[in-house]
Amino acid sequence: MDWTALLLSLELSLWTMLILLPIGIWSGRRLAWTPVRGKSLLEALVALPLVLPPTVLGFYLLVAMGAGSPFGRAWEALFGQQLTFSFAGLLIASVIFNLPFAIQPMQRAFEAIAPEVREAGRCCGMSPWQILLRIELPLAWPGILSALVLTFAHTLGEFGVVLMVGGSIPGETRTIAISIYDRVQAFDNQAAGLMSAVLLGISLAAISLSYLATARLQTRQSHA
Amino acid sequence: MPDGLHLTLQQQTPIPLEARLHCAPGEVLALVGPSGSGKTTLLRSIAGLHPHGQGRIECNGVVWYDSATRLCVPTRQRRVGMVFQQFALFPHLSARDNVAAAMLDLPVEERQQRAQRWLARMHLLGLENRLPRQLSGGQQQRVAVARALAREPQILLLDEPFSAVDRATREALYYELAELREELRMPVILVTHDLDEATLLADRMCMLDHGRILQTATPDELLRAPASAAVARMLGMRNLFAGTLLGHEQECSVVRWQGQTLRIARQAHMAPGEEVMWAVPGTGVMLLNSHATSLQPLENQVTVKVTRILALGEQLRVMLQCGSDTLTMSVPRHVAQRHALSEGQTLQVRLRGELIHLMPATHAQG
Repeated sequence: MDWTALLLSLELSLWTMLILLPIGIWSGRRLAWTPVRGKSLLEALVALPLVLPPTVLGFYLLVAMGAGSPFGRAWEALFGQQLTFSFAGLLIASVIFNLPFAIQPMQRAFEAIAPEVREAGRCCGMSPWQILLRIELPLAWPGILSALVLTFAHTLGEFGVVLMVGGSIPGETRTIAISIYDRVQAFDNQAAGLMSAVLLGISLAAISLSYLATARLQTRQSHA
Repeated sequence: MPDGLHLTLQQQTPIPLEARLHCAPGEVLALVGPSGSGKTTLLRSIAGLHPHGQGRIECNGVVWYDSATRLCVPTRQRRVGMVFQQFALFPHLSARDNVAAAMLDLPVEERQQRAQRWLARMHLLGLENRLPRQLSGGQQQRVAVARALAREPQILLLDEPFSAVDRATREALYYELAELREELRMPVILVTHDLDEATLLADRMCMLDHGRILQTATPDELLRAPASAAVARMLGMRNLFAGTLLGHEQECSVVRWQGQTLRIARQAHMAPGEEVMWAVPGTGVMLLNSHATSLQPLENQVTVKVTRILALGEQLRVMLQCGSDTLTMSVPRHVAQRHALSEGQTLQVRLRGELIHLMPATHAQG
């Protein structure tokens, strides 16, 4: 059992989730309510990681973050280390390939809130922050929770993009999914089996939670 | 000194709007018109929920919007109490918390106490902890009214508040609102497409069509003297016809209609020789008794043919052909039986000239 890889995966998943929480809420609300020019194109861009092969996405991210790219050079100048094959690079890639998992459920949850309910908040004298905290987030929370769980589970199991961008550096970029692959390559089926079972358990628990939250949202919508 | 709401608005997009209105404190002003007439847009403009065009909105001396000085007070600072068509209660909050949500500037304790008082006022005691979905339509509407009033608003805005409840509940709510308005010292704007509702609840009615105010008057004035044929049609007046004004005599005006001469209440504002529209309410058409002595000065005897009789409960609606026009008369069932009314029958009716109102023919065919 590669505990370092498991901890690294959990750390990556948690950070990805935390970073995508405000991004998802902001983008989800905007896509749900604000008339945005080129909305379909934006939605397509957000959904792209769902259909793109992970290796293709990983390749483009590797190129974009590599030492030869302006972004990669700027990062190196600022922080004194290269972005590719580092935890920071892995995290940026993870945030990007998880965009659809975070934004789409949140967008659906915000879309389900009737515009009059938010207007009623304004008529009650609430500020935009009060409306967000007292009305929108409590109503959209099942969708937000669902988004976070999906992001968490998806990051935990991602293989292609992680391998392309991070390689397999123990304690830095070797996640549990890559560790399982390594163990199988080394004919250590027992360790691979154990880690797979742990991953299966965590993913099943996460996805069950997500479905439960979605069911709760639907019940609320049918009564609203 | 609070002097109510003063509004002047003009816009071309997204919906054309041209309105000027005033609503005094304690007055109920109904905005009446068909779908798309701009009544809800106007209400939302007052609340600041709709982008404004050119104009000015002032409530009790405080300017909420002025396009000339680019002043636009945000909704949350306008102190409006608004009841939405579908009530728009916060679905995750109890009835009490819904009402308390309108008083976030107060300490929690006071907020809860006041919410409780408002719920008691709206006959909702015992239902404080229920979520909106656990309340009936009428109860939800009362919570929405309590929430709107809890804020101690400068103006109460009601957007078709009775359309989402059944007929029996609606009747009960009419009385509650009528009672409540006795206590409210604020302007109340009611948006509705239901004429009976407006007539029952409003002090004045503002008739809107295609974003323009056609006439603002008391329900009685409107029914007695609609400003145009368009208003008469919106008021559901069936007896609306084209004629020619022959002239004015000392006591009456004389109109030519379908080859007959009608003597009507003197309306000297119209010029003789002018094409006019004239309207008479259903009560202005009466069966002529065979043994009636003589006609009063403003009673006009007209020969008609019964083309159709529709039974509407205890009343019958009788269609009467006169030339190419059809008069509509409403008679109690027993009167119809006494006169043995039947389709195809020819009979004499009286048109009460004092109830006939003349209007310009400009929009007659509109």
